Amino acid sequence: MIKHSILAALVAFGLTTGGAQAAGGGGHVEDIAFSFEGPFGKFDQMQLQRGLQVYTEVCAACHGLRQVAFRTLGDAGGPQMEAGQVKAFAALFEVADEGDDAEPGDTRPGKPADKFPAITDAGAPDLSLMAKGRAGFHGPMGTGLAQLFKGMGGPEYIASILIGYTGEEKEEAGVTLYENTAFAGGWISMPPPLEDDSVEYRDGHSADLHHASEDVSAFLMWAAEPKLMARKHTGFLAVSFMILLTSLLYLTNKKLWAGPKRKD
Amino acid sequence: MAGIPHDHYEPKTGIEKWLHARLPVVSLIYDALMIPTPKNLNWMWIWGIVLAFCLVLQIITGIVLAMHYTPHVDMAFDSVEHIMRDVNGGWALRYMHTNGASLFFFAVYLHIFRGLYYGSYKAPREITWIVGMLIYLAMMATGFLGYVLPWGQMSFWGATVITGFFGAIPGVGEVVQTWLLGGPAVDNATLNRFFSLHYLLPFVLAALVIIHVWAFHTTGNNNPSGVEVRRGSKDEVKKDTLPFWPYFVVKDLFALGVVLTIFLAITYFMPNYLGHPDNYTEANPLVTPAHIVPEWYYLPFYAILRAFTSDVWAVQLTSLVTGGIVDAKFFGVIAMFGSIVVMVFVPWLDTSSVRSGKYRPSFKWWFWLLAVDFIVLTWCGSQPAEGMVPVISLIGASYWFGYFLIILPLLGVLEKPLPVPATIEEDFDAHYPPKDASASAAE
Repeated sequence: MIKHSILAALVAFGLTTGGAQAAGGGGHVEDIAFSFEGPFGKFDQMQLQRGLQVYTEVCAACHGLRQVAFRTLGDAGGPQMEAGQVKAFAALFEVADEGDDAEPGDTRPGKPADKFPAITDAGAPDLSLMAKGRAGFHGPMGTGLAQLFKGMGGPEYIASILIGYTGEEKEEAGVTLYENTAFAGGWISMPPPLEDDSVEYRDGHSADLHHASEDVSAFLMWAAEPKLMARKHTGFLAVSFMILLTSLLYLTNKKLWAGPKRKD
Repeated sequence: MAGIPHDHYEPKTGIEKWLHARLPVVSLIYDALMIPTPKNLNWMWIWGIVLAFCLVLQIITGIVLAMHYTPHVDMAFDSVEHIMRDVNGGWALRYMHTNGASLFFFAVYLHIFRGLYYGSYKAPREITWIVGMLIYLAMMATGFLGYVLPWGQMSFWGATVITGFFGAIPGVGEVVQTWLLGGPAVDNATLNRFFSLHYLLPFVLAALVIIHVWAFHTTGNNNPSGVEVRRGSKDEVKKDTLPFWPYFVVKDLFALGVVLTIFLAITYFMPNYLGHPDNYTEANPLVTPAHIVPEWYYLPFYAILRAFTSDVWAVQLTSLVTGGIVDAKFFGVIAMFGSIVVMVFVPWLDTSSVRSGKYRPSFKWWFWLLAVDFIVLTWCGSQPAEGMVPVISLIGASYWFGYFLIILPLLGVLEKPLPVPATIEEDFDAHYPPKDASASAAE
């Protein structure tokens, strides 16, 4: 299918005069060299913890993370917080109480087995899958071939949105819109959520706008794909095994056909 | 079973004779495995094995996924995330299944184009070809039904658009659409029945595959020369063929190994490349995605559907002649289904006396243009219908029908084919000269 797309791109290039625009285009998204990209990429555990801090202190005011369970914050291949930390962290959130004596609407402090609350009051989308639900790169010619080299660009999209505010704003039908270079159409209803040093990192890492944006984007990539590292590890084993098996089959086939092909 | 003469299974021991008299299952397996196979088959004859593997992979991963999936509009999306996050190895199963569908279609397209180039559809293999087309249709239906199950935005809106095709049928359209959906719009009833049918159809597929294999085991395989295996005696057969086991089993396994290496690399390192990001957003009937596209494997036919807009003269003429019953929308639907139906008739549309495209100098060019046309249509289907895209789609769609309905029938009459080898043995020996022959030539 990739071959098809490449050929399609070549043919299309010959037939059109460059009139077609990338599908769903509009916003400008810069590629970022995240640590988890490529076949051997790994999450940076400290970066995920910093990103979690940004999410908790800033994003969680409006955005939920309802697919993610607190306990997974302690899993290998994630922020890998200690069991005690996870427990204390979960207790910071109020979740719906569904115990026997609870009235509808009652809440209780979270436990590791709970999920992050769904926060919908502000009408902001849930962020659990945002890093997989947006593609940052579409080109060339809308074929998506750039994704072969850069990745889908979900985390880059999130970071670009956070960085992309120009400072311009306008009123439209009673809603304030903010100009953003990464958002399709150029105007977004989310007020600029981050600025330099919106958070203060416990590890002393710089929390300027760019760093904080990349950190929270990396964290949201983990939230969307918590098994990413296990997947790449298994993939390495699977592909290595297949190369070995296929090599042996090649030799078997060559020997088997040597007779009929008069090559023995 | 009729077909090419070869050695059949002979029960020898007492227990073999006992079983054979009651259920000749060993004989069935033996004859299927030892079937004489043209020894000149090239690497385009490996996609059948890849397809068989895909069917088994999809059924096994699908059955396990179904153990953890909930077909309910409020729970389907979350149950898929549950599989991705909490089920042991669930992420691997799901990525295998979604990318497995892509491999399935990739292989079937190469398999179909192989058949088109080497004339595998021509007599006496018409039934094999037609059953193959039914398999392809069942695959399309199964793939579409399965894409709806994760209940993402593209699932929902894809289902809305595709079932809308049936709504375009004049008169009864709305009734048919409501009947298919189980209600006035895509909703819980739709999701439930799509899940049920997505589970059912693969077994229909498996049955069709058995008939497909049965049919070409009766006629024997086609081969790159398009010349039939000589059937005068078992000795003649042995000059043209080799037994399927071990020669072609090992060859096919090696090819499958190469294909699976690439498949696993895509599945594990870029599992979402062939999917659409919008499907990671839960279905929302109130928000229409900016650009609804089907999965890549439906794009050529989607492009044909969209090619026939109301400003095309053929559409206007049809509308005029039918008194407006066949409007642009219905015309597009007919064109889309017609582009597949026309392939069913290719055994009778191709009038050439020569089977293999290798020996047809003009045919080759038209064939490769069709292959390019297919790729261009794929690209057109993925683009918004604006700018040059509708024009290119219309040219592409017209060529698709032109190839089958005009070019193939005419070529058989007009074209002067090249000389065809007398036997498969001759074709094979041209590639791999016998040692004694080359030795005697040197003397």
